[in-house]
Amino acid sequence: MKISEIRDILGAKVLCCEESLDKEVLSACGSDMMSDVLAFVKNQSALLTGLVNPQVIKTAVMMDMYCIVFVRDKLPSPEMIALAEDAGIVLLATETRMFEACGLLYKNGLAGEKD
Amino acid sequence: MGETLHFHYDVDGGNFTSAGDASVHVKRKLRQLGFPPETIKRVSIAMYEGEINMVIHAGGGTADVFVSPESVKIVLADKGPGIEDISLAMKEGYSTAPENVRSLGFGAGMGLPNMKRYTDSMDIESELGVGTTITMTVNL
Ligand SMILES: Nc1ncnc2c1ncn2[C@@H]1O[C@H](COP(=O)(O)OP(=O)(O)O)[C@@H](O)[C@H]1O
Ligand SMILES: [Mg+2]
Repeated sequence: MKISEIRDILGAKVLCCEESLDKEVLSACGSDMMSDVLAFVKNQSALLTGLVNPQVIKTAVMMDMYCIVFVRDKLPSPEMIALAEDAGIVLLATETRMFEACGLLYKNGLAGEKD
Repeated sequence: MGETLHFHYDVDGGNFTSAGDASVHVKRKLRQLGFPPETIKRVSIAMYEGEINMVIHAGGGTADVFVSPESVKIVLADKGPGIEDISLAMKEGYSTAPENVRSLGFGAGMGLPNMKRYTDSMDIESELGVGTTITMTVNL
């Protein structure tokens, strides 16, 4: 699924790295615990989260993820957006809540795990 | 690249916002040096977990990274409270992190086991009231 499709399905705003909307995401994960993302995520390239702090972006950097979706209307700070921009990570923001956002993407064919 | 490169960082203990900046920097350097992505991922996850630990458990410290053609060595040293029981601390799920750390997305007790999993060797030296030094190596 292209990042642009994620944007459309979730009715999300693009906060940075628009030029990468064509990138393919094969699988995603949803978590507010960065500890769990670091320990349990394998090759998922998109992260859905309701947590907003710079460690979300840095965790995605470490995990080689290139798309972060902030759910339930959470908005990252300008510093976070700059950090993501630097790393080439697309940031999306949606009003949709975590459970529904994950469900919508899953229903539309995005996997939870794929290797 | 014949010789060993050395990167040194001071990790600010009072600043959760800047935690992880050293790891971000090391990741960028290793990319520029052309290391394989899987190797870079292992180094950066292990270092990031250790860097976060120094900030949330030890009031900050220093990070030294030595990059040679054979390996990447990461030395994290702090003057924090030390670890009382290292084998207990290494257990998955063991954490003394307070609730406020959990609300920041950390404190699942997976950091030390994760550091061990992603590196080829890991050594912890710790003394109560003196500090902790963790040395990790990833072979290339
Ligand atoms: N640098 C450190 N200084 C003092 N204690 C530490 C340090 N690193 C880890 N610890 C101790 O080991 C425990 C387990 O660490 P870790 O596996 O990273 O889990 P977490 O950071 O989620 O608590 C911590 O809760 C803490 O008690
Ligand atoms: Mg930890």
